[in-house]
Amino acid sequence: MTQDILDNVEFDAEGFMVKASDWTKEIGEAIAEALEVELTDRHWHVIDFARTDFEESGEPPTLRRITKQTDVDMKEIYQLFPDGPAKLAANIAGLKKPTGCI
Amino acid sequence: MKRVVILGAGTGGTMVANKLVHELDEREWEIVIVDRDETHYYQPGLLFIPFGIYSPRDIEKPKRDFIPRGINLILSDIEMIEPEKNRVVLSKDKQTLSYDYLVIATGTHIQPSETDGLMDGGGWRKNIFDFYTPDGAADLAGFLKYWKGGRMVVNVAEMPIKCPVAPLEFLFLADWYFHQKGIRDKVEIVYATPLDGAFTKPRAASILGSMLEKKGINLETNFNIGQVDNKKQAIKSWDDREIPYDLLVTVPTNMGAEVIARSGLGDDLNYVPIDKHTLQSNKYENIWVIGDAGNTPTSKAGSVAHFMLDVLLDNMLRHMEGLEPLAEFDGHANCFIESGFDQGILIDFNYDVEPLPGKYPLPGLGPFSLLKESPANHWGKMMFRWVYWNVLLKGGDMPFESQMTMAGKWQ
Ligand SMILES: Cc1cc2nc3c(=O)[nH]c(=O)nc-3n(C[C@H](O)[C@H](O)[C@H](O)COP(=O)(O)OP(=O)(O)OC[C@H]3O[C@@H](n4cnc5c(N)ncnc54)[C@H](O)[C@@H]3O)c2cc1C
Repeated sequence: MTQDILDNVEFDAEGFMVKASDWTKEIGEAIAEALEVELTDRHWHVIDFARTDFEESGEPPTLRRITKQTDVDMKEIYQLFPDGPAKLAANIAGLKKPTGCI
Repeated sequence: MKRVVILGAGTGGTMVANKLVHELDEREWEIVIVDRDETHYYQPGLLFIPFGIYSPRDIEKPKRDFIPRGINLILSDIEMIEPEKNRVVLSKDKQTLSYDYLVIATGTHIQPSETDGLMDGGGWRKNIFDFYTPDGAADLAGFLKYWKGGRMVVNVAEMPIKCPVAPLEFLFLADWYFHQKGIRDKVEIVYATPLDGAFTKPRAASILGSMLEKKGINLETNFNIGQVDNKKQAIKSWDDREIPYDLLVTVPTNMGAEVIARSGLGDDLNYVPIDKHTLQSNKYENIWVIGDAGNTPTSKAGSVAHFMLDVLLDNMLRHMEGLEPLAEFDGHANCFIESGFDQGILIDFNYDVEPLPGKYPLPGLGPFSLLKESPANHWGKMMFRWVYWNVLLKGGDMPFESQMTMAGKWQ
């Protein structure tokens, strides 16, 4: 089931979705499952923020931005998305890899 | 009289002043530039101070020497920018300056107070140092001179930082320096970075990563510092990793000027949101941004400010004529990376093309090897100080084009 969904989505070499606009909640769930993240309301809170923020700025939000603009703090975000929260959240939200800048 | 106000007389602001003075009719336009500091620091030189290669004196000159005649330099803190009223408020005598055009060039600087325990835990400037400020670099030189060895941890707190290759250069030079002193076998070097590799871009990350390995420098990736425990002498990440240190060399969080935040003009790190191709503010059409102060997704470096210069000036002058700005800035950056033992590396890239290996053609001087060590690249780096003071700041012609070229690059 999960694999079926993912088979129809285009990913780049690092596993990030190529077209953010193709993303659906189901795809988000499938990516999370593949990455072994069990999604709770708090995860969705971050993912929804990342999607809205991306629509405005064209960039996936940084850790700093997520923790400043939502009520999720650093400790919690690391519990929600353990290895590399900004990257993981962007990945599940169907956004490109955060550059963290250059 | 109409007025252009330039905020900041560092690399970007000084270049704009020098070029703009030739473009505007002095009977119609007044140009004013404001900075709080009367000294101009050649920031790339900060890297060499900890190792005694340069002294602080070697990187300082009076700002006034680089501001052309006919331009009014005001030494004052900038207190507030009021874009709705087209004016700036200065601290000195609470003077207000109205403007027709505003160029923001207030740069970026370190903010160690963003990390718990970094500045306020007792170790600051005792066994915790930065090298992004003249004081920090000089104090670190004093420490290293008598250090007998131990565990040195170099940590980048948060991206983006200005000159993102500087921590790597610091590591390479440190390796060389400890060799010279005959104590390399007594020093363990660790590089803890929030990135997932040695650098942001894949090809360069892999080449620079293997150089770290060859020099026996340990790389700790995805390390997001949460706290410095001064008693235990360890840095701790948000995901509960701990790295002990005897000497901590930090590149703290970099942030744009506070005045940008106070004036409601900045993003989460006080950078001004601008169009990344035209360099015009997203919100105010008479505000333009050069150098580190803006949020363009490219390196924050002097070379980048230089590549922005012509685009910014053309566009601002076009705007004065009622023309649309041209989307000409491509994110072009190039950096000489000092790699120790009189060798250097050159990287050249833009928004779309990552640093690639090859040769960089430079009429009369080059070619310089790209992404590969060579003595010529080291020489380029050392010569850059002369070029900076004598050509770059004065807005003179450099043998580099604003837009990146693919000539000589291997794909
Ligand atoms: C260690 C190190 C190594 C580097 N190496 C290189 C390199 O090899 N190559 C390279 O290209 N670049 C390098 N850089 C980066 C380069 O120095 C900067 O990117 C460049 O100087 C940016 O220019 P700028 O005009 O944006 O800012 P700056 O030159 O920093 O100028 C900003 C100015 O604004 C003034 N200012 C800010 N706020 C206020 C206020 N409220 N009131 C009044 N004045 C204010 C400041 O006093 C300052 O003079 C290095 C930087 C460092 C720290």
